[in-house]
Amino acid sequence: MAAEKKSLGKEFTKGIIKQNPVMRLVLGTCATLAVTTSLVNGFGMGVSVTIVLVCSNIVISLLRKAIPNKVRIPAYIVVIASFVTLVQMLVKAYVPALDKSLGIFLPLIVVNCIILGRAEAFAGKNGVLVSALDGLGMGIGFTAACCAMGVIREFLGGGTFMTGLQSLLSVFGENVLGGFDGIDFYKAFPFLEKLTLQPMTIMLLPSGGFFTFGILMAVTNRLAERKGGKKAELNGCGSCPMAAVCGANKAECAGAEKETAAVPAEKKEAAAE
Amino acid sequence: MKFYLALLLMGLLTQNFVLSKFLGICPFLGVSKKLDTSAGMSAAVVLVMVLATAVTWPINVFLENNDLAYLQTIVFILVIAALVQLIEIVMKKYLKPLYKALGIYLPLITTNCAVLGVVLLNVDNGYNYMQSLVNSFAAGLGFGLAMIMFAGVRGRIENNDIPKFLEGLPITLIAAALVSLSFLGFAGIIENMGLLA
Repeated sequence: MAAEKKSLGKEFTKGIIKQNPVMRLVLGTCATLAVTTSLVNGFGMGVSVTIVLVCSNIVISLLRKAIPNKVRIPAYIVVIASFVTLVQMLVKAYVPALDKSLGIFLPLIVVNCIILGRAEAFAGKNGVLVSALDGLGMGIGFTAACCAMGVIREFLGGGTFMTGLQSLLSVFGENVLGGFDGIDFYKAFPFLEKLTLQPMTIMLLPSGGFFTFGILMAVTNRLAERKGGKKAELNGCGSCPMAAVCGANKAECAGAEKETAAVPAEKKEAAAE
Repeated sequence: MKFYLALLLMGLLTQNFVLSKFLGICPFLGVSKKLDTSAGMSAAVVLVMVLATAVTWPINVFLENNDLAYLQTIVFILVIAALVQLIEIVMKKYLKPLYKALGIYLPLITTNCAVLGVVLLNVDNGYNYMQSLVNSFAAGLGFGLAMIMFAGVRGRIENNDIPKFLEGLPITLIAAALVSLSFLGFAGIIENMGLLA
C-alpha cells in the first residue's frame, strides 16, 4: 500500500517539474506561445487545458479495454473533442471575456499535443486514479509554464501585472477581492515616464513570444543540467503523439534522432582538437 | 478579384500562420531541419488544407441550418481525420510517386493545429466558398514559406558558434523570433495597396 501511494504521488508531481509538458517535453507550444500575452489569459488557457486533460484521461482510462487498438486514435480524438466542446460552452457562458481573448485557440485544445500525447502514452495503458493524477500534474505543469510566459510578456510588454483579473473572476460575482483588477506600473509610478521609460510592445507581438519561450527554455535547460538532467530536445517524432501510429515514419524519425545525437559529438571532437 | 489578392498576401506575409498566428508550431520546429523534408511537409499541408476546406464548408452550412453549430469542433476534427486517411489510401493506389514524396507526412497532419485552425477561421470570418478556398491555399503557402525559409536559417545555425546556454532548442526559438520580427515589416502593405477598399 505504501509503495503504491508513493508511485501515485510521483505520477502526480512528475508533470509539474521533471517532465513539464511545455519546458521539458516541448508539447503544446502553439497554445503556449499564442495566448500568453497576459497572466490572466495564460492562466485561463492553462485551466481549460487542465480540465480537458483530467476528464479525457479519466474517460480514456475507463474505456481502455473497450477501445480496439486499431481505432484508438480516432476514439481518443472523439473523447477529447467532446470535453473541449463542453469547456468551450462553459467558458462562453461564464467568462465571455476569456472566450474573446483566447479566440480560436479554445476549440484548438482538441489538437493540443499534450492531451492526445498523454492519452496515448499514459491513460490508454494505466488505471483510472493514476491517469487522473497524471492528467492533473501535467495540467498544472502546463498552467505554470503559461503563467510564467504570461507574467514576463505582460510586465515587459505593457508594464502591467494581472490586468483583466476581474473578467476572469466574474464567475464568482461582482467586485471580488475588492475590485482588484491588476496593476498598471506606469500609472502607479508616474516617475517612470519622466525617465522616458516605455514598455517594450514587441514582447506582446508574436516575435516576443518566441523570444520569451527561447530564453525560458535556456534557463530551464541550465537548471536541469545542474541537476544532472538532459536538455529539452525536439527529436523528430520523440515528442509527437502520432509516433506510435505512423509506421512509415519510423525510419525517418530514427534518422533524425541519430542526426541530433551526432552533431554535438562532432562538435566536441572539433573543440578537443 | 482584389479581395482574393488581399487574402493571398495576408496568408503569405502579414497574417502568416506560423510567424504571426502561432498555428502549426510543432511541425515548424520539428520538421524544418532539412530543406527537402520541410518542402514535402508544406506541400502536404497545402493539399490537406484546401481539401479540408472544400469538404467542411458545406458541412458547416448544414450544421448551421440545423442549429447544430456547437458540434463544429467534433465534426471538423473527425472529418479532417477521415479525409487524411482517405487521401492517403487514394494516393497509395493511384498516385504512387506523389505518395512516396508526401505520404510520410500525411498521418502527422491530422493533429496539426494549422489545418483545424484554418477551417475554424474561415467559419469565424464568414468567408464564402471561393474565399475560404483561396484563404486556405494562401495559409498553406504561408506555412510553406515560413518552413522553407526557416530550414535555411537552421542550416546556418548548425554551422555556427552558439553561446553554450542557447544551444539546441533555445537558439532555434530565438531565430524564429527574429524571422517573425522581420515579417512585421510587411504590416500595412495590404492597406497601402488599397486592396481591402
